[in-house]
Amino acid sequence: MADSKIRVLVAKPGLDGHDRGAKVIARALRDAGMEVIYTGLRQTPEMIVSASLQEDVHVIGLSILSGAHNAIVPRVMDLLRQNKMEDVIVVVGGIIPDQDIAALKQMGVAAIFQPGTAMDDIVKFIRANVKPRGVPAV
Amino acid sequence: MMPKDKTPQVAESPIADVFEGRHPSDAEKQWAEKTLAPTLEKAPEKPIGAATGVNLDEHGHAKFTTISGVPIRRLYTQADLPEDWSAEKYLGFPGQAPYTRGIHASGYRGKLFTMRQFSGFASPEETNQRYKYLLQSGGSGLSVAFDLPTLMGYDSDHAASEGEVGKCGVAIDSLEDMEILFDGIDLEKTTVSMTINSPASVLWAMYLVVAEKQGADWKKISGTLQNDILKEYIAQKEYIYPPAPSMRLVIDTFEFGSKFTPKFNTISISGYHIREAGSTALQELAFTLYDGVEYVEWALRRGLEVDEFGPRLSFFFNAHNDFFEEIAKYRAARKIWYQVMKNRFGAKNQRTWLMRFHTQTAGVSLPAQQPMNNIARVALQALAAVLGGTQSLHTDSYDEALALPTEEAARIALRTQQIIAYESGVTQTIDPLGGSYFLENLTLQMEQGGFDYFNKLDAMGGMVKAIERGYPQKEIAEASYQYQRAAEAKEKITVGVNEFVIEEESPHILYIDETVAKQQTAKLKALRGRRSNEEVARRLNALKKAAAQEPKAEANGISPANTMPYIIDAVRAYATVGEICEALREVYGTYTEVSIT
Repeated sequence: MADSKIRVLVAKPGLDGHDRGAKVIARALRDAGMEVIYTGLRQTPEMIVSASLQEDVHVIGLSILSGAHNAIVPRVMDLLRQNKMEDVIVVVGGIIPDQDIAALKQMGVAAIFQPGTAMDDIVKFIRANVKPRGVPAV
Repeated sequence: MMPKDKTPQVAESPIADVFEGRHPSDAEKQWAEKTLAPTLEKAPEKPIGAATGVNLDEHGHAKFTTISGVPIRRLYTQADLPEDWSAEKYLGFPGQAPYTRGIHASGYRGKLFTMRQFSGFASPEETNQRYKYLLQSGGSGLSVAFDLPTLMGYDSDHAASEGEVGKCGVAIDSLEDMEILFDGIDLEKTTVSMTINSPASVLWAMYLVVAEKQGADWKKISGTLQNDILKEYIAQKEYIYPPAPSMRLVIDTFEFGSKFTPKFNTISISGYHIREAGSTALQELAFTLYDGVEYVEWALRRGLEVDEFGPRLSFFFNAHNDFFEEIAKYRAARKIWYQVMKNRFGAKNQRTWLMRFHTQTAGVSLPAQQPMNNIARVALQALAAVLGGTQSLHTDSYDEALALPTEEAARIALRTQQIIAYESGVTQTIDPLGGSYFLENLTLQMEQGGFDYFNKLDAMGGMVKAIERGYPQKEIAEASYQYQRAAEAKEKITVGVNEFVIEEESPHILYIDETVAKQQTAKLKALRGRRSNEEVARRLNALKKAAAQEPKAEANGISPANTMPYIIDAVRAYATVGEICEALREVYGTYTEVSIT
């Protein structure tokens, strides 16, 4: 699918304010030709899913560094299911211990980008994994 | 000023840089032509990192820059200092203006830097154990890391706290937790630093009450409150209220502190987080010192005397990878602060002129890959801080990028400081790099660059105004993106991340589960059942009333509307962090930033 059509919501849930990573990724995705909506700080799962629905995004990128991923990610995934948004892929970036990765993937997270992941690898992953919509993308 | 005598006929030769923007001696010119040029012809210089982008100049020659992108020459000589340069004029002596060489006449001989390891995790009980361990291991001060709910002014049982309790620091809800945190630790003898900003006055009030209960004299206790709300808006983003009321709360602590706790630093004006958010070394220096200017301006507007609160202002800088650039930053910072306090604010007390600072090694520079390599990085960064004359130091643990430190990682970090202090010999002589052409050139560039930023910020009407228009935030976001781009193009090398990579297993880390959240929630429930909730409500109402009034300093006391005494009252009645912050939210509202990407 054409890059210009990929819409990504970059969100920073939880109480943490360290937004360097989220902002760098938002800019990298934009430079790669994607449309990026950055939500700003302290978004609840409800706010994130509702914004994703309104903005009709293909991808949700969650940036979590505080250790709250086990509380936040399941709620985002549940809300996506409730809203029949399974065609939206969710990727998580930040400080996620190895031991939590399997459980997050089990609940449907497409990828987890730990510290040190190259921006380019994230762009490639999104391009390769974004799911096509009903209307054929050009 | 440095002369700009360019020599156009050699503009594209690899030795052109020897002649550009400096005043080389005949001997140096001769060296460049007779010795350097043939060497470069035989073996052209190769950049460190990929030969693209930031590593090439416009002629395709290798270019060398600091980690902040500042061009670096191959060799520094007298020709890189101003023509009127002399040590007396530009550096002075340690303990004397302009303090380039340090604030103490005897350097570290009389007093070593304080080894202050930032630490806090899980419950107050567990953190108390870690503190006792750190003090027994030779740490000379404590530094409290609070968890995110505490930093944001929420109790552990608040909905917003879900998944965050005890994760990034220790969970503190009420005076009861603070009593547990410092149980068995003599607060009159131990200096304690607290990394807390928006709710700083609340946690400080709890600390003061614990000290009082121990029988400690407020006049004797010493420590540091971070309490730097400006850098929260700029970089770390843990703010609650809008800028104006937040600044008012900070000035309340200045006013209270200068009357009641003369040895306590009521603020630690912090560049650390600005740098971690991706700024350059110069931006860290300039924004931090200018934040200092903004606090002084607000305090003067309150009616406080600069020489009364000025000596209690302290600073906190990052120690990043670029060794000489960091040392130059600390030296320039002392020099700038002295000039600002003396010339801009007319301070007469010598203690007001001194820029005292804490340093922490750069967490952001410590990758998760091959984490043991971080021990070497931290040692170099810490060495830069010591050579730059820091008053206290935190060395990061090697597992920084993975989780909070394990006990072993925390011990190695402390040992690294001890090796610098007791084995390396660098603490025996003052400012040992002073007079180095390279370092003095960098120090002057930093000073000039800092004042250039000051002029821009003055023109915007001060830091609060600049923050509201997103200026420092944009500058930092741009610098961090440029750095990331250069790193991914391998123009900047990080060992073990984009070069010298290996396959490896994940290391052992400290894992915090949800038990702390359950414990804290139970403690809160018991507390609310035990204390007088009417008394709490009465004291919170009194606080709200004071908070709504405009404080004005009085000649022989503190402003009647100063919030500190009211917060202390509420704390004594065991009002929680969340309840006190909620009372203030009701008066001041909350702040949402304009997002910049």
